[in-house]
Amino acid sequence: MSETHADATPRRQFLKYAAGVLSVTVAPSVLLHTFATAESSEPVSAQRRWGLLIDTSKCANCSACVTACQQENGLSSEVNDTVAQWIRKVELQQPDTGKVTSLPMLCQHCQQPPCVDVCPTGASFQRADGIVLVDKHICIGCRYCMMACPYKARSFIHEPLTEQKAHAPRGKGTVESCTLCVHRVDAGELPACVSACGESGNKAMLFGDLNDANSPIAQRLKTEASTALRADLRLQPNVRYQGI
Amino acid sequence: MSSVTYHKLAGQSVRFYALLLLLASMLGGGLFSAWQMEHHGHIITGMNNHIVWGMPHIFAIFLILAASGVLNVASVSVIFGKEIYKPLSRLSGLLAISLLIGGLSILVLDLGRPDRLIVAMTHYNFTSIFTWNILLYNGFIAIVLVYLWFMMERRMQPYYPLAGKIAFVWRLVLTTGTGSIFGFLIAREPYGTALLAPLFIALSLVFGKAVFLLILMSSCYGGQRELNQRVIIRLKNLLAMFSVTALYLVVVYFLTFAYFEEQRGVVRFFLFEGGVYTALFWLGQIGLGVLLPLFLLYHPRLGQQLRVITLASVCIVVGGLIQLYVLIIGGQAFPLDTFSGMQVLSSSFGDGQVHAYSPSLWELSLGAGGVALALLIALLAMRIFDILPACVSEEQIPTF
Ligand code: SF4
Repeated sequence: MSETHADATPRRQFLKYAAGVLSVTVAPSVLLHTFATAESSEPVSAQRRWGLLIDTSKCANCSACVTACQQENGLSSEVNDTVAQWIRKVELQQPDTGKVTSLPMLCQHCQQPPCVDVCPTGASFQRADGIVLVDKHICIGCRYCMMACPYKARSFIHEPLTEQKAHAPRGKGTVESCTLCVHRVDAGELPACVSACGESGNKAMLFGDLNDANSPIAQRLKTEASTALRADLRLQPNVRYQGI
Repeated sequence: MSSVTYHKLAGQSVRFYALLLLLASMLGGGLFSAWQMEHHGHIITGMNNHIVWGMPHIFAIFLILAASGVLNVASVSVIFGKEIYKPLSRLSGLLAISLLIGGLSILVLDLGRPDRLIVAMTHYNFTSIFTWNILLYNGFIAIVLVYLWFMMERRMQPYYPLAGKIAFVWRLVLTTGTGSIFGFLIAREPYGTALLAPLFIALSLVFGKAVFLLILMSSCYGGQRELNQRVIIRLKNLLAMFSVTALYLVVVYFLTFAYFEEQRGVVRFFLFEGGVYTALFWLGQIGLGVLLPLFLLYHPRLGQQLRVITLASVCIVVGGLIQLYVLIIGGQAFPLDTFSGMQVLSSSFGDGQVHAYSPSLWELSLGAGGVALALLIALLAMRIFDILPACVSEEQIPTF
């Protein structure tokens, strides 16, 4: 998984060293989980790093992405404190200038994900292509990852669920978050939110391979300014924003 | 050196069976709650996607901290050679184990998937401080068991100081580990300070000492044994001193936040504008949990009376639970600064808002069940094994 960051914090480095010594026996099972989730014939590889660029100046007062996510992944459209939300709309205001911005908020698929660091069982993991997932078979529902996530990207399943989608298994007592529609991405499609945003005509979300220098997303990130949320924490999210 | 004789707890009294029944029914209630939570999901609790750790965690962390602190009595005797505490070492070791088991049981039963405990025991992620804690807790139980065995087995007597020293060091690491569960949560401002580790060590000494005093005094009261007042007075002096230390660390905790302009929100929230958390902080944590007991314990006349010492210890226990509530629930209620400096106008997931939480009875009952389990183990062990020292009554014997 991603080991390429020179500016890793000392804490992280200490933990990595400690982990190196002790996790020799654990590594094989983690790797198994990583590869087992790839559905396409092509193995998931670190040559790709999926990312999302969200241009808030194009993000209108709509919620097409949220609805699409709910439909695609079988989530409820109800809004309350115990219902899962993989993506949500947030409206922000710059206190000095009064400028109002609307943006979709979702798992930022950090390259240094704190949820993966803290998960006691290794249920939270990062695929070689950067997508952060929860293995529902080994999540014990301790919610430590939810405590650790600075983006409030994760939800806990508080009640038994019905009407699940086969490609997005979910279960009471486990934690979940945006999968970047890994089942679609592996089949060569766009995540549902990105498709819906495009179809709405707003085209605020751009999805692509950050490791491919010729991809539109890599090109734009290279030439235009963008922001990582909570950049101070140095989690290096693969989701970036413009216009905030 | 006179050798100490140890007794079993007298078990023929109505009081003993009444207590047994009470604890057993509390435990039953806790197990029933856990079953309900498992069956219906956490929807029946007050916990939600914003306050993800609730009442069970407060009880659990209290017990885990007290478990480590309660061993201090044995440590003081073996590390610092204080002979006066030696007769109490067995009780100290026993309580360390029983409180830890009580606390851990709550944590396990609160899991979304408690049935997967075996997963937690077979899949380890060594970058997780949780994983380290699982190992530390299990190790602690094993070490203290050996320590107890060495203390109680005549042949092993020569080795018990060594076991005591290992247990002492392990205990410090364990409490640091418990503090680090929060200390590693970089995203949450109230937890983002290295001070949590020493604060947790101080709290463990306070909680452990208060619980120890209460159990020691009630074991004598219920068992009609006699108390050595000199020991009680020393213990209560230590309790008061630890309490002052913990208060000092709380002050430093807030001072470090007050020092940085961008972190003053934490101070404002907890000390002034946090509504229920502010009220609980001043009235519960500080007033009931520190100032009142310190007044009672240091009062020249009142501070000598067993009743008053009992009252002060109860205040410290209740105040301690409130303190953990303020830290754990308040710390989660405090809004995350996800969009650095921007004001949140609207969000369906509570961004930028202070989150509300009202604990359910199920959670309280699960927590109380863990406490009951800890006490039940201790009570039965005291009944079966020679744990309690006969009174060394070289002084006048106080009565209740
Ligand atoms: S809730 Fe599940 S995914 Fe999250 S830290 Fe616990 S075991 Fe890992």
